[in-house]
Amino acid sequence: MIRTIQTEEITRNIREMCIEANHYLSPDMEKALKDAAQAEKSPLGRKILCQLQENLAIAGEEMIPICQDTGMAVIFAEVGQEVHLEGGLLEDAINEGVRQGYKEGFLRKSVVGDPIVRENTKDNTPAVIHYSIVSGDKVKLTLAPKGFGSENMSRVFMLKPADGMEGVKQAILSAVKDAGPNACPPMVVGVGIGGTFEKCALLAKQALARPLDVRSQIPHVKELEEEMLRTVNGLGIGPGGLGGTVTALAVNINTYPTHIAGLPVAVNICCHVNRHVVREI
Amino acid sequence: MDKHISTPIDAETAGGLHAGDYVYVSGTVYVARDAAHKRFMEALDRGENLPFPVENAAIYYMGPSPAREGRPIGSAGPTTASRMDKYAPCLLDLGLRAMIGKGKRTQEVIDAVVRNQAVYFAAVGGAGALLSKCIQSSELVCYGDLGAEAVLKLEVADFPLIVVVDARGNNLYETATGDYAE
Repeated sequence: MIRTIQTEEITRNIREMCIEANHYLSPDMEKALKDAAQAEKSPLGRKILCQLQENLAIAGEEMIPICQDTGMAVIFAEVGQEVHLEGGLLEDAINEGVRQGYKEGFLRKSVVGDPIVRENTKDNTPAVIHYSIVSGDKVKLTLAPKGFGSENMSRVFMLKPADGMEGVKQAILSAVKDAGPNACPPMVVGVGIGGTFEKCALLAKQALARPLDVRSQIPHVKELEEEMLRTVNGLGIGPGGLGGTVTALAVNINTYPTHIAGLPVAVNICCHVNRHVVREI
Repeated sequence: MDKHISTPIDAETAGGLHAGDYVYVSGTVYVARDAAHKRFMEALDRGENLPFPVENAAIYYMGPSPAREGRPIGSAGPTTASRMDKYAPCLLDLGLRAMIGKGKRTQEVIDAVVRNQAVYFAAVGGAGALLSKCIQSSELVCYGDLGAEAVLKLEVADFPLIVVVDARGNNLYETATGDYAE
């Protein structure tokens, strides 16, 4: 059965999601930050983590964005193949939602129209949209506004198969070490392993949108996530990069089959303002 | 150690700060980030003056979100300072005393901090709502066409900062992490 969805409904949802994501963190992120404030051993680190709690409270109560970098809007649109969209192009509907959300929500317009000329588009469009066709008659939208302090510290490594697990671990560690204080730790580390050059980057981005309390279903990947979180927290970078035992809140790793000749690894780093809102229409 | 200081900051005051000090700053702070710094350099190249009094001044690397009605500013946390590393030594040599941002600096910037008895402070990244509460007023200085990257003049009260690089070249990012590394 074909189900018809009006694209203006997509616009309305995206608009609301932009505002929601920038003022409230998802429950998994909130819990992770609360737990971090308990676990941190450095007094200055604890002080910073308490300030982050206070910051979240002010953001929600007074409608001031959690962070001034309200990000470039990254959207995963999973469209059921029994859905018929009516009312215009899906891409236009999503961008219109971003336009309205960033204006009405007093969110910062951080997008330049041309990466070389660098003139601000003044409405935070265009969004970065990743579409996928899935089964069913629903549209699932995930909005993850991405700040660039941490985005700039993200890396792709085209490893050799011979580099193996050890190479993967070193790649993750070197990205986190280089990021240090720049990425506003405590960070969330999204890792993509496998696929091709662009696929592993996309896997890493998707990994960031996975709830922090959900581990990989693949036993050896789950083990790697847990081991890397311990190792990263042993680096001593800490909250704000000013020393401490909580450098990352989670290491989320997504994998995909790859070529016999390659081992691509992408590390997409996100700050503690790891925003993701999901809605199903 | 907790300290309270006011801007403008003289060399003696900056020299008395140590990496790791927790400092509450009050007074005027100028806001400028990537695009504004580029224009500062272009203005200097043309032989013009900078659009703000740089002597003993503090620059905050920041681009706020828009203010809601009745508020001086929106969310207002620090941006990554390293993107201004290319420009910072020149401004420090012209008398800039303090930089406020987050993240690592190059050795060239640290050398310029030492040479000029200046200071590099970190504000807590990602705490823009909290930090906005310490900002009493915000006015446009220039480059309004840059939107979120325009140069602003802020009046701040007890703005909470941590000294990362002090006038002797100590760097808290280098020293503090070692204390907790396994």
